[in-house]
Amino acid sequence: MPSRRSLWASIDGVTVILFILLMFLGWINIYASVYDQEHQNIFDTTQRYGKQLIWIGAALVLGFFILIVDSNFYVFFAWIIYGAVMLLLLLVLVFGTVVNGAKGWFMLGSFGFQPAEFAKFATALALASYMNVHGFKLQQFKSLLFVSIIIFLPALLILIQNDTGSALVFFSFVLVLYREGLSGIVLFFGTLLVALFVLTLVVSNLFLSILLLVAAQIVFYAVNARYKQYWIVPTIYAGSIFPFIIVNLASGSKFDWGDLITAGEILGTLIVVGYAFRKKLTQYLTVSFIFLGSLLFIISVDYVFYNVLVEHQQSRINELLGIHSDPLGAGYNVNQSKIAIGSGGFFGKGFLNGTQTKFDFVPEQDTDFIFCTVGEEWGFVGSLVVIGLFLALFYRLIWLAERQKSGFSRIYGYSVVVILFFHFMVNIGMTIGIMPVIGIPLPFFSYGGSSLWSFTILLFIFIRLDASRYEKF
Amino acid sequence: MDTFSKRKYYVLAIFFGIGIIYLVKLFSLQVISSKYKESATNNVLREIIQYPARGLIYDRNGELMVINKPAYDLLVTPRELEHFDTIAFCNLAEISKEELIAGIKKAKDYSTYKPSTLVKQIPPESFAFLQEKLYKFKGFHVQLRTLREYTHPAAAHVLGYVSEVNESDITKDEYYKSGDYIGASGIEKTYEKQLRGIKGIEKQLVDVHNRIQGSYNEGAEDIPAQIGTDLVTTLDAALQHYAEALFVNKKGSVVAIEPSTGEVLALVSAPTYDPGLLVGRVRGTNYNILLEDETKPLFNRALQAKYPPGSTFKIINSLIGLQTGAINTYTRFTCNGKGSTPIRCTHSHGGSANVVEGIRESCNPFMWNAFRSVINLERKPADGFKKWREYVESFGIGTIVSSDFAHALPGDLPTIEMYNKWYGEGHWNALTVRSLAIGQGELGITPLQMANVGAIVANRGYYYPPHLVREVKGDTVSSMFKVKKYTKIDPENFEPIIEGMRELIANKLTAVAGVPGVEMCGKTGTVQNNGADHSVFTAFAPIISPKIAIFVYVENSGWGASYAAPMASLMVEKYLNDTIATSRKPIEKRMLEANMINPGQ
Repeated sequence: MPSRRSLWASIDGVTVILFILLMFLGWINIYASVYDQEHQNIFDTTQRYGKQLIWIGAALVLGFFILIVDSNFYVFFAWIIYGAVMLLLLLVLVFGTVVNGAKGWFMLGSFGFQPAEFAKFATALALASYMNVHGFKLQQFKSLLFVSIIIFLPALLILIQNDTGSALVFFSFVLVLYREGLSGIVLFFGTLLVALFVLTLVVSNLFLSILLLVAAQIVFYAVNARYKQYWIVPTIYAGSIFPFIIVNLASGSKFDWGDLITAGEILGTLIVVGYAFRKKLTQYLTVSFIFLGSLLFIISVDYVFYNVLVEHQQSRINELLGIHSDPLGAGYNVNQSKIAIGSGGFFGKGFLNGTQTKFDFVPEQDTDFIFCTVGEEWGFVGSLVVIGLFLALFYRLIWLAERQKSGFSRIYGYSVVVILFFHFMVNIGMTIGIMPVIGIPLPFFSYGGSSLWSFTILLFIFIRLDASRYEKF
Repeated sequence: MDTFSKRKYYVLAIFFGIGIIYLVKLFSLQVISSKYKESATNNVLREIIQYPARGLIYDRNGELMVINKPAYDLLVTPRELEHFDTIAFCNLAEISKEELIAGIKKAKDYSTYKPSTLVKQIPPESFAFLQEKLYKFKGFHVQLRTLREYTHPAAAHVLGYVSEVNESDITKDEYYKSGDYIGASGIEKTYEKQLRGIKGIEKQLVDVHNRIQGSYNEGAEDIPAQIGTDLVTTLDAALQHYAEALFVNKKGSVVAIEPSTGEVLALVSAPTYDPGLLVGRVRGTNYNILLEDETKPLFNRALQAKYPPGSTFKIINSLIGLQTGAINTYTRFTCNGKGSTPIRCTHSHGGSANVVEGIRESCNPFMWNAFRSVINLERKPADGFKKWREYVESFGIGTIVSSDFAHALPGDLPTIEMYNKWYGEGHWNALTVRSLAIGQGELGITPLQMANVGAIVANRGYYYPPHLVREVKGDTVSSMFKVKKYTKIDPENFEPIIEGMRELIANKLTAVAGVPGVEMCGKTGTVQNNGADHSVFTAFAPIISPKIAIFVYVENSGWGASYAAPMASLMVEKYLNDTIATSRKPIEKRMLEANMINPGQ
């Protein structure tokens, strides 16, 4: 067993410093976003920034305790922790309190506890434990099935709580599986289907069909760039779509342009399939089938969404994707958020000078929309620093994960970084209008004890595992 | 052992790819695009409208007629609403639960973060109580407005009323925004631009809940509201009140003009109403009640009623006769009294009449002959009629004299085309249209126009456009009121007419219309119509440097001398002598008490 001194020496200081820096930046931005003339004392614990300081202090203490626990504890107790958290997730469905529409909190007096937050590291531990068995092969059906159960059981339970945002986080484990050998094709098609699904509901039919057509042409060219008759495929499409355009113009635009172009594309693709078959161009065949599949997929999504789903189901999905016809609904939030960030300019308005965030224009400005304060008060420079710090942390964590000798530590490390990345991607993406409005916090930044502690536990278990990377288990 | 190690590069590529996409997007949002910087300013700066008080209105002697009183609008900002006790709130705001629900829904439809008016014009009495409790209800606040208040329940038709702007007002003038007030009739309408003042704008920093966080730029860019300009009307409040008192329970109208200036001293359309009824929250209800009232109190008879002028019109016909040379002061026409043709005489005054006697005795045969002579001056009756019509028009009849009346009508003055259509071209002559000779038939003249005829006679041939406002404080009143308008009648031709009018009062109507110490000239009229005759009287006084010309029309009350003449004389007496002589008190009492709307009550 290593001595105490060597434990502290083997802790990765860069990660800890990045962690503390992010928490500190989060705290001063919470101060700025809540700040008003009457409560100027940054240590005022009746205000959120004062409370956050307490949470930060507690997080540091928590981190310390995690570090002094033997690393073997996490390995041996992985399943017990996972089981306990699953039990809590079940219990919270019965005994939980509803907060923000999700029945996911145990309230003990004024202290709230959210099992979903702890499901993240518990799942990571269980996954690492399961996949670290000697001779484990992800390609086996049984393995894949069991891995899926480990990941999607908590996700399902959290979804039942009506906390869609937290449930979606579990999709990020796909990247861990990819790193551990899951076929890249699964990743590719998964991403393609999700992207198509979202695009179908978010952008117009016409735009999407043109977008896909252009993308397909580029891919057709790219997969067989040396083919001399490269102009044949675009010509086939042009020839297939053109008659449809003429017919619609002649009929006075009686048909929807999006539907019409899509029909033309399907016709064109069928011709390309025939052409590729005769000329034995397998790459063209593959691309054609993917393109055809995509077109049929968007048509069915469109059909199912508008003709099969009833109104409240539609609105659930719309809500998830942040599509609202009401400008003061979710769309309002994103717009206000973009205004706040956009008004920051290059250097920002300066600390405490943000008018948008200070005057409550941005909703949830100290939790989910905390990045607005960064964007408004610190400008592009601030955005660059914060994104840079996160990317540095991710890079560092992957670097750490890759240096692990034990599969357990590596898999756990990847789980940590993909969970943090997913939060980062969705949270910041949402504030700048790229991602749907899914209410999940920005790690270490957003106000709230529960999420800060869960990220701290998640990260510090990995730091502890890394510190013992030379030990064998 | 680790065959998938190089996949870390793909994972890192995804991370950095997303990071770079976000930074590019942020760069475009924050550095390249200027759209969001402008939006941010709009978001934070809210322009709060400061409503100015309307200008005050005085009478010609400096007595206040129209003032302002505070009222409070209760506004709701849906986004700020929290759960509240609706029953307590409804009791407090004095509205029903349905109104509350409908009001909040309407407000939400408009905007969830901008305030909308929920309850309008809460009087100060209710406001004091409301203000005490309102802190309990988040999302509601009050805004000060001002409403009109009248020192006397009088002159409704002159002063007009103020209402909320409608769509077309907003379209016509971009000054107005929904919820603003605008003068809808009377002086309030004509002088809207002066009375309304200028709305102010206070720029304030507000948060998303429209909560004021402080003034913007220390108020340097605020535009203070300018209160409306005060007006001095031409009305004599005492005379106006007296006229209205005389017209209680009567239908009709009186217009009194100062001949030397064209200033309207009093203008009554009876029945009238208390202008205070059309102020504040009760306006809508009261307006409908007044609208449905059979006696039509909202109808401004003084400016819009097309009354046949009856015998008072004989003044004009005689003047035209003298001016055209169709008659002269020596011309006499035979009168056979009730046996006269084609128009019988309603009076017995001997076998013939000249122009003075014609006026004094209101002799129909004389007037018919004079009229026929005018028409027959030309070879074709239509040409003679055309000439006659031009003379009549020069008295301001059949036209609208440009002035400051909001809704004056031109009345009816028949045209050649009309008669041609009725009778066929060349198939009508003086006899066909003989009713015009005695002020009946197709003539429809407003009391304002007839009062102006009185002023013309008093001035011996000219008039200033009758008007209601003497002075716009700090500004000069329109110069158009200072332009003399001449009729086509020479001054000397007025003397025989005035003599006839003088003799009528001095010799025949002294008992009912003689004003002690004042030499008044007048002419009665009795207008036949479907119901009881209308009693009409026109007069001016004194005969030298006249101070007042007056026209009184009392519907369905008998012949001219029965009501119109005594009432006119009382008003002249009130205006010139300030008091009614003791000897005249019984007449005054009878006039005040007479009920022509529900006789016998």
